[in-house]
Amino acid sequence: MSENVTNQSKMVGKQSIAYKNPPFIISSASIAGKKEGEGPLGNLFDVIQEDPLLGKKTWEEAESELMKQAAEKVLQKAGLKNTDIRYLVGGDLLGQLIATSFGIANLEIPLIGIYGACSTMGEAISVGSMLVEGGYAGKIIAITSSHFAGAEKQFRFPLDYGNQRPYSASWTVTGSGCVILADQDQKSNPSDASIVIKGITIGKIVDYGLKDSMNMGACMAPAAYETIKQNLEDFGIQPSYYDKIITGDLGYVGSNILKDLLKEKNYDITSNHMDCGIEIFDQEKQDTHAGGSGCGCSAIVFSSYVLNQLKARIWKRVLFIPTGALLSQVSFNEGKSVPGIAHAVIVEGV
Amino acid sequence: MEEKKKVSASGIVGQKDKQVRNENYKEYVKQITPKYSLGKNMAKAFLVGGVICVIGQGFINYYMSLGADMELAKAYNTVTLVLLTIVCTGIGVYQKLAKFGGAGTLVPITGFANSVAAPAIEYKKEGQVFGIGCKIFTIAGPVILYGIFSTWVLGLIYYILKLLKVV
Repeated sequence: MSENVTNQSKMVGKQSIAYKNPPFIISSASIAGKKEGEGPLGNLFDVIQEDPLLGKKTWEEAESELMKQAAEKVLQKAGLKNTDIRYLVGGDLLGQLIATSFGIANLEIPLIGIYGACSTMGEAISVGSMLVEGGYAGKIIAITSSHFAGAEKQFRFPLDYGNQRPYSASWTVTGSGCVILADQDQKSNPSDASIVIKGITIGKIVDYGLKDSMNMGACMAPAAYETIKQNLEDFGIQPSYYDKIITGDLGYVGSNILKDLLKEKNYDITSNHMDCGIEIFDQEKQDTHAGGSGCGCSAIVFSSYVLNQLKARIWKRVLFIPTGALLSQVSFNEGKSVPGIAHAVIVEGV
Repeated sequence: MEEKKKVSASGIVGQKDKQVRNENYKEYVKQITPKYSLGKNMAKAFLVGGVICVIGQGFINYYMSLGADMELAKAYNTVTLVLLTIVCTGIGVYQKLAKFGGAGTLVPITGFANSVAAPAIEYKKEGQVFGIGCKIFTIAGPVILYGIFSTWVLGLIYYILKLLKVV
């Protein structure tokens, strides 16, 4: 794993970083919507909100509330105050990141707002871990959210418009997930494994020319493929190095494509691949077609299920790769393709 | 199928020419993406659309039995179906029907009514002017614009043909 690391440098290969003092994930929180709560992972989320509006007037306010609650929950679980956090790194799907801006305003934590569509959790953890490991912050929160109704309104149709969703369409997750990264281990339960961010691989924009915004999995699969391939090449490892390779929201269609593409490069991930979008819903019972999607999808699955598995040492090392489709309604209307991006984070229980 | 799929994936990963790669990818994605059965969907649309039209005919007959002439009964029928659709949209029933019936609900006046009611509900929160006012026709707008425009074109053609004494 260390052969490609040049002396003194933390840069590995073309796109990756291997941390010398890996930042710890000391706390996590997940707030989920009703449908997510009814899914297979429902009992793992910290809070399930039955009301899609969370007592607010608009979808946007509701999403901000989700994010606020997630941030407050993660602080409470860690036994910290907002003043203990140096920076907050986060973003969401809404135009100009309004869910984030309005959601975390009252916390008064300095913010680095980022946009990576549904790859935001990967981007937030990447940027946040660099800040912590570089000595620029003692503790940071990496956070993101999405809301089914808000996303439908922004990217598709008003909620009450009657239409048929294609089988390739995904279901935007209502939820907000976050983690606290810290330069020192502060785990509350000594019997749990400490969890660290070992390294990252920042993805580039990958565009195979697809224009079907109702088939996001296929639009993003090439980005996941390129980032995973790069991660394996940069570190000189095989997929079996990881107990799980966890993509964000490729869904059923995108996951099959990813496996096919990697197979062409002689990387077989069929036995250890998992997709948060597939795990979060029961496709048959919940009528979610290709699976869950949205920033919240990978975020709440990571901050609950994935971290639990690592804490319990069921998995020792995973590669977490949230994937994003970087389209806007304008680019779509103007006939542009749907570019994808994926950022990979190496997470280890130590 | 399995053989063909594998050929496609290698035509993507190994392909240096980006344009060819993108073409191959599009084809490959088309192959592996599950689709609705066309026959089943058409049957469902036929059923739902047919039932909506029978209900409409029922209204026409009813209004005529009250003494309205055909033209008036048709107009009343349209208004009634629009009202029913909007109420069904408001209580969340229409969306379920549309998911099942597809074009069967889209083609009759019900589809149009829903496409106006849905943005009105959604954008109410952004205010009467910039919300409902500006966005109520975001989906139905093209139908209105091009509907009126095409009737104007047809009218013009009809007028010219009339001048030429063809019709």
